[in-house]
Amino acid sequence: MTDREERPWIVRMLPALRWAALALVLVSLLMVFLYVPADKQLGDIQRIFYYHVASAWNAFFAFFIVFVSSIAYLATGKRHWDRLSVASAEIGVIFTTVVLLTGPIWGRVSWGKWWDWDPRLTTTLVLWFIYVAYLVIRAAVGDDTRRARFAAVFGIIGFVDVPIVFMSVRWWRTIHPTVIYADKMELEPSMVVALVLSVVTFTVLYGYLLGLRYRVAALADEVNEFKQRLRDYR
Amino acid sequence: MRFLSRVWAITWKDLQSDFRTKEMLSTMLIFALLVVVIFSFAFDPGSRETAAVFPGLLWVAFFFAGLLGLNRSFVNEHSNDALQGLMLLPADRSIIYFGKVGANLVLMLIVEAVTLPVFAVFYNTGLPERWPLLLLVLPMATFGFIAVGTFLAALSANTRASEMLLPIILFPIAIPLILSAVEVTAGVFAGGDIAVLITWLKIIAVYDLVFLVVPFLLFEYVLDV
Repeated sequence: MTDREERPWIVRMLPALRWAALALVLVSLLMVFLYVPADKQLGDIQRIFYYHVASAWNAFFAFFIVFVSSIAYLATGKRHWDRLSVASAEIGVIFTTVVLLTGPIWGRVSWGKWWDWDPRLTTTLVLWFIYVAYLVIRAAVGDDTRRARFAAVFGIIGFVDVPIVFMSVRWWRTIHPTVIYADKMELEPSMVVALVLSVVTFTVLYGYLLGLRYRVAALADEVNEFKQRLRDYR
Repeated sequence: MRFLSRVWAITWKDLQSDFRTKEMLSTMLIFALLVVVIFSFAFDPGSRETAAVFPGLLWVAFFFAGLLGLNRSFVNEHSNDALQGLMLLPADRSIIYFGKVGANLVLMLIVEAVTLPVFAVFYNTGLPERWPLLLLVLPMATFGFIAVGTFLAALSANTRASEMLLPIILFPIAIPLILSAVEVTAGVFAGGDIAVLITWLKIIAVYDLVFLVVPFLLFEYVLDV
């Protein structure tokens, strides 16, 4: 990165985040697969739950970050907020996809069916569509400033919609309850520790990926800037 | 008061240009009626199962017809730099937003008013006892859809794939509205606890409020020449 632009803290912290993420992932894998006991009712397949919850937390957190940086971009007009938005949105979509893949696996085992329109999973599905739409908007706009502005607007609209989606789906499921709902899980203390650890691990992982993606966005901006200057010199 | 008369001026302008050619209204109407007919082939109109999904079919027809109208509400303004003209008006730019919401709302309500009886006839539903509730839910749900739809149409009109983009960005956002509208309509036609319907209507009301205020605040950012 050029010395003109001060490296934002997320990029400066990249080496630390890399090692922290590596260490935490290793510890978490050991904990989840070796240390923690299998669930009494569901057996070993229950272990997916640790990463399902961790991904879900990070998906919503990533989109919250998109919301905040979208507002910041519209308020300040500073480019780095837009870079943060796109980085967080892309990683958020990945985490959301993971939730939507692990959720049905989990559901098949604990409820007996692949998909049950339960409020949290359904809201996550809508979340996926909203943030894929966010990425499609970004792809559909050529001009940088316009793209940043439109994406920021949609980042705000999308996030504002999420609580309403959750409310309406929860009410929907309250009046049309599905027959099977065996969601009871007794968590031993060691399981709680493993859960907290996997959430922390994925959050650090999110931070690391965020820094990487942000750096790519910043570099892309620099390349475009140079291209523009070359064009101007002709 | 001046604000309202300005909004009305834009609504009236849009409606007049539509009614002159009748192109938009007729397209939306024909499309909605076509959807009725296609659904009649896709789902057996006589069976009990179809009666259960009838509210859903109704709203699918309405929302897709509404989408057609929304698509063109800003694309029209590209010719002759009409949008630039609107932006140069010595007035708050939100009149463009509210004006177009008004026009799109009128068009979609007309389509609904015509299509609903046709649907009811084709599916032999008869006049439900709670039909006055329809007079409440149809405008409320349509308003929410048009409020957020007009805003997103303004956004997508400025992009490359404007017509393909709008459904992708609108429908995920509109999901709570679609759900609530269908549930209320189902309650009207099939009966059920009134208190439940009231709650759904409250959800629609919240949605309408939120997606009128937030687009109003952000409209300036999607206006582009």
